[in-house]
Amino acid sequence: MAEFNKDSLGNTLFIAITLCLVCAVVVSAANVMLKPTHALNRELDQKENILRAAGLLAPGTDVGLDGRSIPEIFKDFSVRAVDLDSGEFVDDFEQKGYDAIRMSKDRANSRALTEEEDTITIRRRENIGLVYIKQDEQGLEKLVIPVRGYGLWGTLFGYLAIDRDLSTISGLGFYDHKETPGLGGEVDNPAWKDKWPGVHLFGVDGKLGVRLVKTRSPADSPAAEHEVDALSGATFTTRGVQNLVNFWTGDLGYGPLIENMKTQS
Amino acid sequence: MSSAPTAKEVVVGPIFNNNPIALQVLGICSALAVTISMSKTLVMCAAVIFVTAMSNFAVSLIRNRIPMSIRIIVQMTVIASLVIVVDQVLKAVAYDISKSLSVFVGLIITNCIVMGRAEAFAMSNPPWISLLDGFGTAVGYSAMLIAVALIREPLGTGMLLGYPILPTVATGGWYVPNGLLLLPPSAFFIVAGFIWALRSWKTTQVEAPEYQIAANVQYRGAM
Repeated sequence: MAEFNKDSLGNTLFIAITLCLVCAVVVSAANVMLKPTHALNRELDQKENILRAAGLLAPGTDVGLDGRSIPEIFKDFSVRAVDLDSGEFVDDFEQKGYDAIRMSKDRANSRALTEEEDTITIRRRENIGLVYIKQDEQGLEKLVIPVRGYGLWGTLFGYLAIDRDLSTISGLGFYDHKETPGLGGEVDNPAWKDKWPGVHLFGVDGKLGVRLVKTRSPADSPAAEHEVDALSGATFTTRGVQNLVNFWTGDLGYGPLIENMKTQS
Repeated sequence: MSSAPTAKEVVVGPIFNNNPIALQVLGICSALAVTISMSKTLVMCAAVIFVTAMSNFAVSLIRNRIPMSIRIIVQMTVIASLVIVVDQVLKAVAYDISKSLSVFVGLIITNCIVMGRAEAFAMSNPPWISLLDGFGTAVGYSAMLIAVALIREPLGTGMLLGYPILPTVATGGWYVPNGLLLLPPSAFFIVAGFIWALRSWKTTQVEAPEYQIAANVQYRGAM
């Protein structure tokens, strides 16, 4: 090895290529071996988010109120694809691996929103969405729809659960957001989330009316049941949450579906 | 380095005498970001310890063959691969933590400490002592992170690792959480406090001032 020159061109190329090959094999091996676990984790996480929004998980834990695990509770739910424009269920639809949020960037499978329509700053809305339905003996028990919309720093992603009468909220939860901890980040505060169940989505005239307000109307007035406390110090987040709830339950969101389900039942 | 460093020096030294954060002021960015909660901090520390030790070991193994012209790229490739592996493993075993930590785990690649040890130590020392050096340096980094998290999490949320330490007003206690401690700048003050305390204790760590501010005499001319 007396003649070995580590700075020669040959050695440089040799080291560069060998190192890249070795590293590539290590990284790909790790990815391939762990991929099934990743997919499982993602799925479990999504189920957890849905159940948490629906208020079926005990606060601060990952087991249900009745002590069952997430996959077990989730068995009560059926996943349905919905055509957002017509509000009809789409039966022959490949749900596995469908990502509505990614689909909203695909021109063929989404529609552009005009400036007035786009209160939640998502620019395009997917044509097909997935909803989660829980049935019991009396028919529909809960309908969980995905919601998202812009807050202050970024998009909030969550699920909104609606009760059997299809106009009362039974829970709202966000699984991803970039709001300021302590201010807008309080969307995760359990005390604030507890204020959502029981709020009415639609006004007496059928118009959408969830409002996040600083001063609540008197408890006996008709407006009071559409109101939730605003988050103090987080005007933009509050406005974002109000808009996203009203958008996704409105005509451009799952409003047509809710109408259809109401007339059917 | 004149004489070969001993195992004890490289493992224990970085905790107080040669702390990468306090003395070298490296790796501050991740120290600000992850110390918001103890569980994230512990995972981050484990990841950094693994990456620093293993990258030092790997770089040291091939140190006599690495051409000088591409040595930084070689170190970077080794570190990046290890970080990706760590990230993949985290996603598989601790998904909840990895969701919020993933971006910082990715940034271990640019953590000056990892790269610094590979370049300064592993390139000129045998594998075993390099492994220990990487381990020791990362433990020094971890000690600082854990100390900061130990202050931030209880004062910011009233909890530590999910257990209530200070009963907060929201849950019916007396403690009003300090929101500042949930924001990154608070870690800056805490780290600064530690550096101050450490340098008061070990005065050899105080750096000589680079220049002396001259007395202001210009106002005399104006008068």
